[in-house]
Amino acid sequence: MDYEALRFIWWLLIGVLLIGFSVTDGFDMGVASLLKVVGNNNDERRVMINTIAPHWDGNQVWLVTAGGALFAAWPPVYAASFSGFYLAMMLTLFALFLRPLALEYRSKIDNEQWRSRWDWLLTLGSAVPALIFGVAFGNLLQGVPFQFDNLLRLDYTGNLLGLLNPFALLAGVLSLLMFVNHGAAYLQLKSEGQIKARSERIASLLSLTCAVLFVLGGIWLWLGVDGYQVVSVIDTNGANHTTDKVVQVVSGAWFHNYGKQPLLWLVPALGVIGFVLCSLFSRLAWHVSAFISSALAMAMVLVTTGISMFPFVMPSSLVPNHSLTMWDATASETTLSIMFVVACVFVPLILAYTAWGYFVMRGRLNEQQIRDNTHSMY
Amino acid sequence: MDIVDLSRMQFALTAMIHFLFVPLTLGMAFLLAIMESVYVMTGKQIYRDMTQFWGKLFGINFALGVTTGLAMEFQFGTNWAYYSHYVGDIFGAPLAIEALMAFFLESTLFGLFFFGWERMSKVKHLAVTWLMAIATNLSALWILIANGWMQYPIGSEFNIETMRMEMTSFTEVLLNPVAQVKFVHTVSAGYVTGAVFMLAISSWYLLKGRDLPFARRSFAIASAFGLAGVLSVIVLGDESGYEVGEVQQVKLAAIEAEWETQEAPAAFTLFGLPNEEAQHTDYAVKIPAVLGLIATRSLDEQVPGLREIKENNLKRIVRGQQAYDLMQRIRAGDKSATTREAFNAVRDDLGFGLLLSGYTDDVLNASPEEIAAAVEATVPKVWPLFWSFRVMVGCGVLMLLLFACAFWHSARRTPDKPKWLLKFALFSLPLPWIACETGWFVAEYGRQPWAIGEILPTHLAVSSLSVSEVWFTLISIAVLYTIFVIIEVWLMTKYARKGPSSLHTGRYDLETTHAQEA
Repeated sequence: MDYEALRFIWWLLIGVLLIGFSVTDGFDMGVASLLKVVGNNNDERRVMINTIAPHWDGNQVWLVTAGGALFAAWPPVYAASFSGFYLAMMLTLFALFLRPLALEYRSKIDNEQWRSRWDWLLTLGSAVPALIFGVAFGNLLQGVPFQFDNLLRLDYTGNLLGLLNPFALLAGVLSLLMFVNHGAAYLQLKSEGQIKARSERIASLLSLTCAVLFVLGGIWLWLGVDGYQVVSVIDTNGANHTTDKVVQVVSGAWFHNYGKQPLLWLVPALGVIGFVLCSLFSRLAWHVSAFISSALAMAMVLVTTGISMFPFVMPSSLVPNHSLTMWDATASETTLSIMFVVACVFVPLILAYTAWGYFVMRGRLNEQQIRDNTHSMY
Repeated sequence: MDIVDLSRMQFALTAMIHFLFVPLTLGMAFLLAIMESVYVMTGKQIYRDMTQFWGKLFGINFALGVTTGLAMEFQFGTNWAYYSHYVGDIFGAPLAIEALMAFFLESTLFGLFFFGWERMSKVKHLAVTWLMAIATNLSALWILIANGWMQYPIGSEFNIETMRMEMTSFTEVLLNPVAQVKFVHTVSAGYVTGAVFMLAISSWYLLKGRDLPFARRSFAIASAFGLAGVLSVIVLGDESGYEVGEVQQVKLAAIEAEWETQEAPAAFTLFGLPNEEAQHTDYAVKIPAVLGLIATRSLDEQVPGLREIKENNLKRIVRGQQAYDLMQRIRAGDKSATTREAFNAVRDDLGFGLLLSGYTDDVLNASPEEIAAAVEATVPKVWPLFWSFRVMVGCGVLMLLLFACAFWHSARRTPDKPKWLLKFALFSLPLPWIACETGWFVAEYGRQPWAIGEILPTHLAVSSLSVSEVWFTLISIAVLYTIFVIIEVWLMTKYARKGPSSLHTGRYDLETTHAQEA
């Protein structure tokens, strides 16, 4: 396999990891965000928490792995995005700190105030990252103000407030609502009675909102956000010459790939359809189908972004020529091929034992089960 | 403080706090697996209760391990962007493999360990526990392969086109001798931490005369496991990793305050007062030949002293100036074969040129004072290393003594352990953590001024952030971590005090007394 193919595969694999993260950690962040909305009393909230209790930790590793894979496969992207979005990343990190603690400690002390505080922290720790991931993608689509010096050291001129621009906020809200919707879809599968009924209502409304926001985002991207376009030839088989290419900022460039390959329009279309179906299935109480539709929609939103930007992964608004693409911001051929082999072996294994874990913990939870096992459950 | 100091402080803070939780996880995971194995083999309920109770404490600890671990994963990118760019091609791989091979498994099974008791057969649950323990240790393996490479960066070379280090041999990175000894040393330290934790708390129950059958069994398992662990830590201490690579040699010389190269085999300085100004150790108590034996495993190889190391580094800095200048010329577009050849001849000393760039704006024409300052910086301060190493070893010796006595008494099956032993065990509780933290301090402070030994100086590795941004995050992390640690220790103490009664099985002392009180 040549360098070019490996680079393309790694673009796909990073996508797979991000989708894995959204589809798995997405629902537990969603459930946690809904804690105070859907759960009306402690028992109900405990049911919600215990639907994700055996799985949140494994789910979160999708995020850790995506971070690690970015480090290994796209070191310049890892460096530029994590340090460029410094404060946003650190705030996300602080929010993520709260989740393991809230989940693990909340029910360790039988005290209403103690539990209620952890519940708020759990919601905060789940909703903030969900929002910021969207904001980050919103900014990637607009370009990030960074450049390289001669030693390829990075320099940025942006700040936290600049990240919170209207388009990025729209992306952030979409991402948050997608996660919450996914959480509601998951709760339909795993709960009974009132919690299930409320989740069905929430998902049927939120999915449609997500579909509208997604379409709105697309229109805004078309009319109001300039895309980037490589106009020189990148040696896709050679070493990274990240700063040597020529990039132009062109209105509508983010739609060029769809123009070249009209079949790709299926991807955003499936995203919209996924949301609509999720709404429909939630109303019909077809829970498995609702969950699958929600997962499909989330995956398609991510893939849509990836295709729009291809081959860019982090365009520079300051010096467009310094933009990072999946051709010239990768690890060496040796590292990419080793990591590819590792991924081929372990990703299927991970999927297998994760699936087994869900199988072992299958079935719906209700308040009675919580009361019967009050000392061993979260 | 500048951005480099702040970033280093933030890294030190997050890493040291993270490592309060990691060793306990490493040790407890195996202890849980052992206790559960006894349960499955004998069918005795008490061993299941032991697994579940110690598992509760394990869970409280694990949550903060995960939380603080997230910071470690983020931090290379957020605060060490040039580092991430410069060595990500090699350093990122073990981190990603760690996640794929170990952390995923560990975290998935963590949930099943706690919530799967009633949903799986005994043997399946036991398999979950064992796999969780193995995955935890595999996790440590990959992290230490990454860390070992920072100390002794082999299997890679500099690529001037991409302006970074690139992997040339994954096998070399994997089989890095420094990483291998570090792995054994670190996981053994984890086993000792888990064992001291269990031994100390069980001893407290025994002192209080509470839950005796439960405490005695826990004491016995902890003492056997701890003795094996502490022997492994000491016998397979990572001194053996100090003979390869210059960074490791500098550490060894600084740990031993070996100012001058001695005749082989070198004497070991047991104690003394390192005097940085006079480059001499006052009141040194020396044991002949021991250092040479430990470090080189031979009688005739020399252990280089600090002065010799510095003299050698001066030469490397001079070559590094050439390398830096040629690198700049090639980066600026000089494509001639002679420049390339000249660069390749001095390429291995580029790191020293980069180091010098922290002391002057004009590397090629640096003044003798600037060069001298850079040479001086190639050797870390001696006394912090000298003393932390001795604190670590002191703790290790005390724990060896503790486990030897504890094992002796449990092997003889004395029903009532002597009070002094129980108190010794209880008050030993902080020892493994002190040893772990001082040990890591030696390893990482001793690596300075390098982020990657002889390749990338720390001052160059940072992100271009503003000082106020890093102050903000440093203070926030310090505040958050303090709160987290207080909550964790409080919860841990609360549950340790409750003991197995916290399982609410109705079989343990506090429940019966409480029932009477009520």
